[in-house]
Amino acid sequence: MKIFFLCILLIIAVLIGAYLYRVIRGPTIFDRVLGLNGISTKAIILLALIGIVFERMDMFIDISTGYALLNLVGALAVAKYLEQKGLP
Amino acid sequence: MTIAVEIVLLILLLVTAAGAILVKDLMSAILLLGTYSFFLSLVWAWLGAVDVAFVEAVVGAGLATVLFLVTLFGTAPKDSRLRRPPPPIAALFALPLLGILLLYAANDLPEFGDPNSPASSHISPIYLENSFQDSHTPNVVTSVLMDYRSLDTMVETVVIFTAGIACALLLRRKAS
Repeated sequence: MKIFFLCILLIIAVLIGAYLYRVIRGPTIFDRVLGLNGISTKAIILLALIGIVFERMDMFIDISTGYALLNLVGALAVAKYLEQKGLP
Repeated sequence: MTIAVEIVLLILLLVTAAGAILVKDLMSAILLLGTYSFFLSLVWAWLGAVDVAFVEAVVGAGLATVLFLVTLFGTAPKDSRLRRPPPPIAALFALPLLGILLLYAANDLPEFGDPNSPASSHISPIYLENSFQDSHTPNVVTSVLMDYRSLDTMVETVVIFTAGIACALLLRRKAS
């Protein structure tokens, strides 16, 4: 069962590469912000999976909740300042 | 299997760091630095340093991104698509040399999880055995930070509070 979760962890970690391509190559800011959002959703799942692999789910759930909140704060900050300053 | 996960995470980390250096405008560099902090926090969590991972996620990905954004938009001229000059030649040579030096120094570090390393044979057992009787806190890291080093933590808090007040004074909006 642990091997199964490790495989899923590996596959999701490789799939992050697709988002990373959009973050690095993205022509506009919005592509990058969306890519960052996608990466952080995958990071939440990855943290929960690491918790399952280490059998310390209670501790890792806390961190993934913190991740989710921070992701919202970062996206809100970018959106607020793009709204104030206009599109680049 | 576990080494494969580590390699994938480290490759993601390297790609993000290189992208943050090579990308042209500063806004994208800030977003890439946020991504870098996410990956670094994943690496910490994978190595078992849960508290460090949490601090990295809070400070690196959350606070630092917002502070960089506020700074960028507080200092930017009219067009917000800031360009930056290419890195100087000296940095291109000096920084890889510094990296090689650090890798050379890292050779002498004890193995990860080595039970005979100085850190886990001298100090850690004392804290692990005595911290619950001394401070009645189940988390050892918390008891070390808040109990054994409470004065240190208090002065650190004063420093961060002062820095926060200075930032608030610098970044406040004009009344008019």
